[in-house]
Amino acid sequence: MVLQRIVKPKTQQGKRFLEKREPKLVENDKQAMFIKGGNTSSVVSQALKELYVLKKQNSVTYKRKNILRPFEDETPLEFFAKKTDASLFMFGSHNKKRPNNLVLGRFFDFHILDMIELGIDKFVSQAEFPGGKCPEGTKPCLMFAGETFEQDVEYQRLKNLLIDFFRGPVVSQVRLAGLEHVIMVTATEGKILIRNYRVLLKKSGSRTPRIELEEIGPSLDLTLRRVKLASDDLYKRSLKQPKTVKPRKKKNVSHDAFGSKLGNIHMQKQSLDKLQTRKMKGLKAQKRKSQSEARQSSAKRSKGVDT
Amino acid sequence: MADLVERVLKEAAERESHYKTIEVHKDIELEIDPGNLLTVDTNPLDATKLKKNREEYLKSLARDNTQLLINTLWQLPTEKVDEAIVVKLPDPKTPIPREKPVPKDKALTKWQQYAQLKGIQKRKKSRMMWDDQSKEWKPRWGYKRGNDDTQEWCIEVPDNAEDPNVDLFAKKNKEKKERVAKNELQRLRNIARSQKSKVPGVGLTPTEAPSKDYLGKALALARKSTASIGKFTDKLPTEKPSKHTGKKRKFEPNYGDVERESKKQLKILNHIQNRIPIVNTTKAANRHIMEEQRSRARRRREEDGGKQKGGKNKGGGGKKKGGFKAGKKGKAGGKKR
Repeated sequence: MVLQRIVKPKTQQGKRFLEKREPKLVENDKQAMFIKGGNTSSVVSQALKELYVLKKQNSVTYKRKNILRPFEDETPLEFFAKKTDASLFMFGSHNKKRPNNLVLGRFFDFHILDMIELGIDKFVSQAEFPGGKCPEGTKPCLMFAGETFEQDVEYQRLKNLLIDFFRGPVVSQVRLAGLEHVIMVTATEGKILIRNYRVLLKKSGSRTPRIELEEIGPSLDLTLRRVKLASDDLYKRSLKQPKTVKPRKKKNVSHDAFGSKLGNIHMQKQSLDKLQTRKMKGLKAQKRKSQSEARQSSAKRSKGVDT
Repeated sequence: MADLVERVLKEAAERESHYKTIEVHKDIELEIDPGNLLTVDTNPLDATKLKKNREEYLKSLARDNTQLLINTLWQLPTEKVDEAIVVKLPDPKTPIPREKPVPKDKALTKWQQYAQLKGIQKRKKSRMMWDDQSKEWKPRWGYKRGNDDTQEWCIEVPDNAEDPNVDLFAKKNKEKKERVAKNELQRLRNIARSQKSKVPGVGLTPTEAPSKDYLGKALALARKSTASIGKFTDKLPTEKPSKHTGKKRKFEPNYGDVERESKKQLKILNHIQNRIPIVNTTKAANRHIMEEQRSRARRRREEDGGKQKGGKNKGGGGKKKGGFKAGKKGKAGGKKR
């Protein structure tokens, strides 16, 4: 990728740094920012800490408190995103009006795409569960339950945002024994429940193992507060994938069951009367012969009539 | 024979009964996206169970859904990579928005266009080259390069030199500087061309031996570069009117292509009739709103900055720097700030 900048980077390290941040066909893994607000309760700070551990490989945490109001002024968040090249963020704060507040959001082109504010009603820390922890950086299995995720527009976006946040790097291969972590999100009666489980693969009669779950990790009960979603056309623009990445289907070519390649040819309609076929000389002579015969026979007939 | 078969079947049934089943029954099929390891369950939740023993119900639901996901994953083709069984995942089905917009295709530079036209292939040159003078391998470019004519310690003055007192070392350095400047100019012109911004004409670059044509051009340019665009400059005795006039303004002929003229007039009429505005009002309104928001934020930040001048906390993210500097920056990956 050739950088086209007016001020060229002077070092190779600088050049590599800038190339990493350029828009690409196949993008980097999304980085997340974990930011604390002006006033945070212990619940919020612990929730932030534990969720940070889940995404440790691809995240940045801001240790100091930042007095931000995401829903009123987005520009400081956008500045942070540009500084650290992060496209996801989680902002935790606490005040009397909005206790134990968590704002989840994502960026497109360093401008806010979606922002969803959630209030933590109940939080059970990782330490209180007796089960062991999953190793860092495991790709979690995501699970969504509840009809609200299909019916409500806001919940659909929330689902998409949570998938984006927790799915981790997109890989083509996964070690079967390494599928240890399960994140379950349920939506009931206006509440969103997040639970984390560890997967234990037990023997079953067949090749596929039987699953047993053990609860680990933070368990959160959340309520949906404010929501700032992107407009439909901006969202559509952000979903656009480059054409070269998608494999192009070849038209009019198919493969049958035996593996042979078949092609479709479209022809115009032909009039079979005016079809030009091969000239067969033999046939031509017969025609003339038949004509001369006809003339002879007609001459004979006329002769006969005369006499 | 028959009871042998019976015995084998009974043993198999016993073995199976030891293990719990891996089958799960669901009213509505789950949407499974193996590329993202995602399952979406649209079955209605049991409200009574949720109220009575919430955690157990959620756990059993999660177990069922995970079992279905694992069943699907175990059907996919597997490989053995470094003593671990690995399953090949398909592409993720759920559309997730990108981080940054799709990159636009870069326009080819002037040289790349020419090379494509002529079929010139790029040949990679090795870093080290053999320097005969010092009889060792030296870098082809950069620090301490071989075959560097600016580093010569002795330059012979040629016999047919015009001025034997000219400083040849200074001359070589100046030429190098000119070459570097020319390269930089070409690079910036390529960038400007790719961004489709107007590039002003360079005019005339200095040359060693100017030709007659070059001199004519230089004379015309010098004449034009006066305040009154050369109208009141006296002409030299043998100066002919310059052939290098400026850009021509093109006008349509009065008669000729009737069809083209009618099309043009109809287009204007269409615009008037349909009241298509030249200014895109929605775009202008959005831009105005954004400007207002920005200025409001800036004003608020200035106020806040004034109030908290002595405070430890760096509120509001600080000033916006236009373009960040290249160099050593903190890399992401768990770095605490």
